[in-house]
Amino acid sequence: MTIPATTATGASTGSARRATTAPRHRRTPVTPYLLLLPAVLVLLAGMGYPVYWQVVTSLQKFGLAQQFGQPPEWAGLKNYARIFSSDDLWAVVARSVVFCLVNAFVTVALGLAFALLMRAVHTVTRLVLQVTMLLAWAMPMVAAVIVFRWLFDNRTGVVNYLLTRVGFDQMAGFSWFSRPLTFFVVASAVIIWMSVPFVALSAYAGLTAVSDDVLEAARIDGARPGQVLRHILIPLIRPVLSIVLLLQIIWDLRVFAQIRLLQDNGAPVGETNLLGNFIYELGIGRQDFAGAAAVSIFVLVLTVLLSWPYVRSLLKEDQA
Amino acid sequence: MSRSTFSVRSVAPAAVASGARRRRRAGRVLMNALGIVAALVWFFPVYWMILSAFTPNAWLRTTTPTFLPVHTTASNFVGVLHGTSFPRSLRMSLLITLTTVVLVLVFAFLAALAVSRFRFRGRTSFVLAVLFVQMLPAEGLFIAQYRMMSTLGQLNSILGISVLYTAAVIPFTVWMLRGFVAGVPAELEEAGMVDGLSRVGAFLRITLPLLAPGLVASGVYAFLQAWNEFTIALVILPAESSYTLPIWLRSFLAASINRGVDWGQVMAASTLLAVPVIIFFLFVQGRMTSGLVSGAVKG
Repeated sequence: MTIPATTATGASTGSARRATTAPRHRRTPVTPYLLLLPAVLVLLAGMGYPVYWQVVTSLQKFGLAQQFGQPPEWAGLKNYARIFSSDDLWAVVARSVVFCLVNAFVTVALGLAFALLMRAVHTVTRLVLQVTMLLAWAMPMVAAVIVFRWLFDNRTGVVNYLLTRVGFDQMAGFSWFSRPLTFFVVASAVIIWMSVPFVALSAYAGLTAVSDDVLEAARIDGARPGQVLRHILIPLIRPVLSIVLLLQIIWDLRVFAQIRLLQDNGAPVGETNLLGNFIYELGIGRQDFAGAAAVSIFVLVLTVLLSWPYVRSLLKEDQA
Repeated sequence: MSRSTFSVRSVAPAAVASGARRRRRAGRVLMNALGIVAALVWFFPVYWMILSAFTPNAWLRTTTPTFLPVHTTASNFVGVLHGTSFPRSLRMSLLITLTTVVLVLVFAFLAALAVSRFRFRGRTSFVLAVLFVQMLPAEGLFIAQYRMMSTLGQLNSILGISVLYTAAVIPFTVWMLRGFVAGVPAELEEAGMVDGLSRVGAFLRITLPLLAPGLVASGVYAFLQAWNEFTIALVILPAESSYTLPIWLRSFLAASINRGVDWGQVMAASTLLAVPVIIFFLFVQGRMTSGLVSGAVKG
């Protein structure tokens, strides 16, 4: 973690600010720290200590003997070497990355399509679309996954029924969950169904912020709808799209619960685990806490690296 | 979402030269049809959940589904509420959610006050830390949280998991409330003090009422997170007697897989889980979109 570095930059910008803008309130300087104290304490307990524990544990030998109270031994980077030299982990990493990127890009593409559609349709149609988007967005994740299990049920599910009706006779009784590929098709369907609304509504908000004068001017100059889209609308909402894509990538990398819930249907666990599931199995299942901690640190570092552009954009807002 | 810009735009095409008008109208009809189809596809899972919840199980077991509500019954709901441990998990969910909401509101409000009303050493580091912490996935922390809670003897405890939820929710709520607090000018408070109110009095009578919408939004956000949470609850609440609703729903379904799932009851339980969320969600939705992407929108 880069805590020393951030503290240093934080302190320097803080003092720079104080030099330029006079403090609005002359209160005892203790007050802000007292106000922050509860939040900081709960963050240290709920997040800080677990991160610290994981760093330490990932560097220790933590086997059965330690389970029974033996003091842990330092193992250096042996846990990392052990975990990262296993084909198991790399298979999971590759699967997670592919799954994450496919879902993130499909979600953003569909979301953008929905946003453009909302712009093009009648007000009533748009309201209907917005309400359905909100409903899908509001669905609790667990309920959504369970509904999709019902929709994709091999015997009484609607999806197999409809596919059989339109001529795919081999889909009668088709078991979606027992093969990795179709398993991930259903998992993606749930995740995309749940994530598109956020992208669509954000992109739509971005589109409405585009000034009508600009569009009017383009029309007067003879721009076709396709040209308006490519040269005006997309460039203007690119900041929103890139942030939304980044958030989707970060969120889709941490998919755990959806996979876990779908695996209950008798899916091949070893071939359908993503990173979160791998950690769960390693830690809770096999009690290999050192290995699980090492993979967790990997996930956290990856998240922090990926989050950097997003955090920077928010920070810009804070300083504005 | 601004409605006014849309109405201006929808008038504009009518003014365009008449040559392309017919083709354009055909295009609009097509677009509207596409919009309706898309809305139906997206609405279908929610509709199917509610419809199945009200359908007798005998009908759900047939291989030819009925798409309209012709055989309705409330017996699935009665079965879930009386024949299962749903009420116990409901109670657990409510207790954990309420504890989380209260802790989050108090702690996040105080922190937001500090961040937006004061300039102090370490402020930027705190904001930066909050922004990064909000991105950390539960999936990268739950092993450590599990070990910590089991060492402290806090597995299956309401307070233990509420603290974890509070830590997970606080970053975003501090960020959201910060905007609200900054939106109430300090001069307003000072004017109240000039008019004879004490500092606390000025705060209670002037600032707090203006912050009410922000507090409601934060509270609802915390409610949604705690109510829906699955991953941490799966790890921290292993005992059946302390299952929250999402965990209960999963085990209820898993337990019935071998003897044929009672989808009617499963969907009734899912509906009961979803309805409060959908209602509350509509309150905060606008703020959540703008909170998450406002940095990008403003550029």
